[in-house]
Amino acid sequence: MTALNSFLFIAYPYIAIGVFLVGAIYRYTSSGFKVSALSSQFLEGKQGFWGVVPFHFGILILLLGHLFVFLFPDLVLAFNSNPVRLITHEGIAFTFGISVLAGLVLLMWRRATNPKVQAVTSKMDVVIELILLSQIILGCWIALGYRWGSSWFAADLSPYLWSIFKLNPDISAIGSLPIVIKLHIVGAFTILLLIPFSRLMHFLVAPFHYLFRPYQVVMWYWDKKAIRDTRTAWETHPPRNN
Amino acid sequence: MDIRSQISMVFHLDKCIGCHTCSIACKNTWTDRKGAEYMWWNNVETKPGTGYPGKWEDQDIYKGGWEKDGDGIELKGAGKKKGLKNIFHNPHMPVIDDYYEPFTYKYLDLIESPAGDDQPTARPVSLITGKPMDIKMGPNWDDDLSGTPDYARQDPNLAKLSTAEQEAMFQLERMAFFYLPRICNHCLNPGCVASCPSGAMYKRGEDGIVLINQDVCRSWRMCVTACPYKKSYYNWHTGKSEKCILCYPRIEAGFAPACMHSCVGRIRYMGVILYDADRIHEVASVDQDKLVDHHLDILMDPFDPEVIESAKKNGIADSTIRAAQYSPTYKFVKKWGMALPLHAEFRTLPMLFYVPPMLPVMASLKDVDNSAQAKKLNDVSKHWDDNWLYDTSTEELWGTIDQARFPLQYMANLFSAGDTGKVKERLKKLMSIRIYRRWKTVGDISEEKAMRVLSDVGLTPAAAEEIYYLTSLAKFNDRFVIPAAHREHAIEMMENTGDRKGSVGFGFKEGTAKRGL
Ligand code: SF4
Ligand code: SF4
Repeated sequence: MTALNSFLFIAYPYIAIGVFLVGAIYRYTSSGFKVSALSSQFLEGKQGFWGVVPFHFGILILLLGHLFVFLFPDLVLAFNSNPVRLITHEGIAFTFGISVLAGLVLLMWRRATNPKVQAVTSKMDVVIELILLSQIILGCWIALGYRWGSSWFAADLSPYLWSIFKLNPDISAIGSLPIVIKLHIVGAFTILLLIPFSRLMHFLVAPFHYLFRPYQVVMWYWDKKAIRDTRTAWETHPPRNN
Repeated sequence: MDIRSQISMVFHLDKCIGCHTCSIACKNTWTDRKGAEYMWWNNVETKPGTGYPGKWEDQDIYKGGWEKDGDGIELKGAGKKKGLKNIFHNPHMPVIDDYYEPFTYKYLDLIESPAGDDQPTARPVSLITGKPMDIKMGPNWDDDLSGTPDYARQDPNLAKLSTAEQEAMFQLERMAFFYLPRICNHCLNPGCVASCPSGAMYKRGEDGIVLINQDVCRSWRMCVTACPYKKSYYNWHTGKSEKCILCYPRIEAGFAPACMHSCVGRIRYMGVILYDADRIHEVASVDQDKLVDHHLDILMDPFDPEVIESAKKNGIADSTIRAAQYSPTYKFVKKWGMALPLHAEFRTLPMLFYVPPMLPVMASLKDVDNSAQAKKLNDVSKHWDDNWLYDTSTEELWGTIDQARFPLQYMANLFSAGDTGKVKERLKKLMSIRIYRRWKTVGDISEEKAMRVLSDVGLTPAAAEEIYYLTSLAKFNDRFVIPAAHREHAIEMMENTGDRKGSVGFGFKEGTAKRGL
């Protein structure tokens, strides 16, 4: 049991993080052409709306929530010490969990029944959807059956994750956790591992830089101010865009 | 003043015969591949008609282009706030059925079917799913079907016409249509570029061609919505958007783009126009009734020493400035004032201009007695007992334009943001050239009358000759004045062009995107 635990919660996370980092950087730098959200809205838009929107907004909130608890466990524990706040907190998280679940089920249904969406489905799409589905079911199960998930996470898992990142893994708190939570952890690292090999790449290129650039983009092959200036050798001026 | 150079185009609509050669040339060169089958970077639609994709001009549906926002402008259906909010699901994006589902036929079945009682048939199959399908829509489904209720009557440009005007248009005897060939306008204020969250789209500084970097596009699909002309297309297979590249590998090599080169009617002209980039935003933000004038206003005189000086400061080569001085597009648009932008009210400042068609406007049906003519026919020929003639004579000076059988308002909705005056002015010029030439060649019009019509529209006989030459006789080098690309200054231009030409269409140096493993 300890050997399995050490593999799943020490070795596997490092493998996953390593593969994720090397793989994602390699895929991004080797060819941007292979990084795309591969939207299928163009082939089927109406049904997709009811799946895509709850799924994405839900998962965005849940990811940020997990990140927050991971980063600030003490704050969360203090917040949860009041039962009303705890229930609200758990309720909100659970609601978003359900929205992700409902969205994902609808998307999978759409993928299974719409021939056009099938035409752009790869094996990896199915793998990812199945892993995500089990991950969300596990998450909702934890929220419902093992009160209270957010306090658990803050008290036991956050220190464990920190220990991984500090390269001093400590799984003492993990061994005694219920199997559901263990599976949820393994599932999370599996998703991380698969990012470079799947369309999940697209969340790494979320276009926030759009907010900070002028609307119009003009690109020059050469430095337009220097090219006809006899005092300069144009080669020394790299093209400056915009 | 910040003078830049733009490769611009003029399409002379009176000359378009609707043969679709341009579309085929483009399709064969660029979009004959998976994911792009439905794309027609060049398409020719019948007007009145709904076009491609259906009702693309109706921005209540598609929310393309810009709209006024206080003193400035904002993208109608995309942009920083709306775009990022709708990034998961873009509510105004056209879907495949708004274009048409691409199909082919199982031709092999004709040959390989086993012998049987029935003729073998080639069933249509979808190019997306590979499954048999019923074809409901295809490219140019509404070709020439100007009067059908599904197409012509649904034309968004009819909305501002009175019911009486619309009814008059669709009387069988008065019905008329013309062709509208469309490509990307390579706009000065492109909605597509502004809407791209990834920054994959850009306008080339040197010649103003608008391109999508296939390595940076991430499938956010905002350009499809933001281009009011629907000239940015989503490739469902690669998960990248694509658009007309104005055949830049050809232009860099001094050739005309494939659609223009192959144009049977020789309606297409291409040349450099110098414009003032400092004023783009200001011009795009003026009130609708001033849009066209202001748009034409930032296109600068290439002979003006100040303009030339500023152009040189921006690194524009002498050869490009010379090309601007000989530019056929500058002549049509500015010097003679004969061409107008399509749907200026979208505020993208398109750089493709149209000479509006005169024929459907002025030709009328005349009651004549055809019996003498019919007597000359021999017995085997088909006899028509109609008593009318499709009359395109220029007998009446401006009368035919004033009582146009094709409402001028309709033309104005297309070409001058609703202002009939501007369209009328252009049509009068077209008519005056015709009258002038008729005096010269046929001689049944007096010189005095010919000169009067010219001076009415402010043209000199010399200008009329020039217009006549460029319209009817122009050779290849007159229609396409393409400046040298000066690749000696830009090695990267040459490398990319060489690498990418002849591979998979454009931009694909590697296999298509892997959807996972
Ligand atoms: S026509 Fe559309 S795609 Fe072309 S530059 Fe203008 S906005 Fe962009
Ligand atoms: S090839 Fe020329 S004449 Fe023929 S449809 Fe195209 S634009 Fe019109």
